[in-house]
Amino acid sequence: MKSFAYVRAGSLAEAADAYASHPGARYLGGGTNLVDLMKLGVEQPTALIDVTRLPLDEVTELPDGSLRVGALVRNSDLAAHPRVRDRYPALSQALLAGASGQLRNAATTGGNLLQRTRCPYFQDVSKPCNKREPGSGCGAREGVHRDHAVLGYSERCIATHPSDMAVALAALDAQVELYGLAGVRRVHAADFHRLPGEHPERDTVVEPGELVTGVLLPSATAGLPSAYRKARDRASYAFALASVAVVLEVADGVVRHAGIAFGALAHRPWRARLAEEALVGAAPTAAAFERAVDLELSAARPLRDNAYKVPLARNLALDVLTRLARPGEDS
Amino acid sequence: MGSELGPAGGTAAPPPHRSDLTLRVNGKPHTLSVDHRRVLLDLLREDLDLTGAKKGCDHGQCGACTVLVDGRRVNSCLLFAVVLDGCDVTTVEGLSGDGEEPHPLQRAFLEHDAFQCGYCTPGQICSAVGAVAEAEAGHPSRVTDARAPSGPVPLSREEIRERLSGNLCRCGAYPRIVDAVEDVSR
Repeated sequence: MKSFAYVRAGSLAEAADAYASHPGARYLGGGTNLVDLMKLGVEQPTALIDVTRLPLDEVTELPDGSLRVGALVRNSDLAAHPRVRDRYPALSQALLAGASGQLRNAATTGGNLLQRTRCPYFQDVSKPCNKREPGSGCGAREGVHRDHAVLGYSERCIATHPSDMAVALAALDAQVELYGLAGVRRVHAADFHRLPGEHPERDTVVEPGELVTGVLLPSATAGLPSAYRKARDRASYAFALASVAVVLEVADGVVRHAGIAFGALAHRPWRARLAEEALVGAAPTAAAFERAVDLELSAARPLRDNAYKVPLARNLALDVLTRLARPGEDS
Repeated sequence: MGSELGPAGGTAAPPPHRSDLTLRVNGKPHTLSVDHRRVLLDLLREDLDLTGAKKGCDHGQCGACTVLVDGRRVNSCLLFAVVLDGCDVTTVEGLSGDGEEPHPLQRAFLEHDAFQCGYCTPGQICSAVGAVAEAEAGHPSRVTDARAPSGPVPLSREEIRERLSGNLCRCGAYPRIVDAVEDVSR
């Protein structure tokens, strides 16, 4: 590993200043992904700016009924938070479906959003990868790609985003708060990650030097029935092969609100807008669910070895939709 | 110490890629100068001669390096030591306090013969100590019934298996590991 300078930031301004004065620096949160990538040689920062002592470790209820989650709230604490369990069950379930107890104790909310793909070509510096080294090619396209994208990929990159949490945030209409020298801005969680296009080296819309300071969970989805379901190769402690987060409100026999996001199918959590539009105003029947989900997944273009993901994602979504549509059994 | 490596002309400026830190490890304070690349696992094993925590995968995938930092179980292979200035670390060597009596989980692992080669055992035990505390604090797991009342979570075998999934045992001693943890958490 290359040696690096270390700066412990005492304030947001100090963190941003340190970033600006250390070309090649990275912010360090829980480190569960960044430290690993440094060991692999994928990341070679000149400096780490430790932001873990910033006062961003609180979950706060705001007057309008929304919930503000500081970027340094650890995944385990967020999953266990009574308000999150009660009002945003899909988020708690998604967090608990990810990683292990040890990793969730270290991993932060901001870091979870910013974790990199686990594509084996990205993580192996001896292999070509357009995300790690733009222009070097993609080894996965004709190689080992059973875990890779079926939606929204490009010629350059077929990687998926590995987060479970981000999938729930996208379905719950959460927003991500970013701090930079130019000020504070908010981005919808569903728009926080990018599709690869011509620039797979850019995972997110975060600008250099910007820092994730928190996540806002809106009052609009608070308390609505929601759930997360994940399929993987073993029963625990594995990344998703496909997953889905669903927020579903049914009243008077009609779907009033639907928020659906798929995980592990694309370079970002895949917000299923077509399926949602098809469902709102419809009766929550099996036929309506199937029509909506099929409409969304008709855009899928599986690769040689990952066509299984499409029926897998379909079945997960139909299962969760059906469960949530039955009152009293919503979680 | 590394002050001779400091920038030319610098007075007391610390060298750029080393820092001093203070840690309490198993109750004892240690002040060390560390290379920023030093992860907690290597600091424990190489600098403090505490070889209980094991290096399995070195990538946070096996749990053999699990220790408690400020009472929470973490993978020590993924933590740069410099980040932990002021923290309290407990390793398997420190679980029993003064070392007179083994920790109840250590005793249970012995009584249930919950290991074969033993390489993953320190990590399993530290992880179990953390997991039992998390359940007592009411932290749910993926298999916890969402409709159950809040408060301490009873550790069924299913709960134990899920909560310890971050610790691999290539000998496959899992059934007896679950027995040992179940015994202590009953």
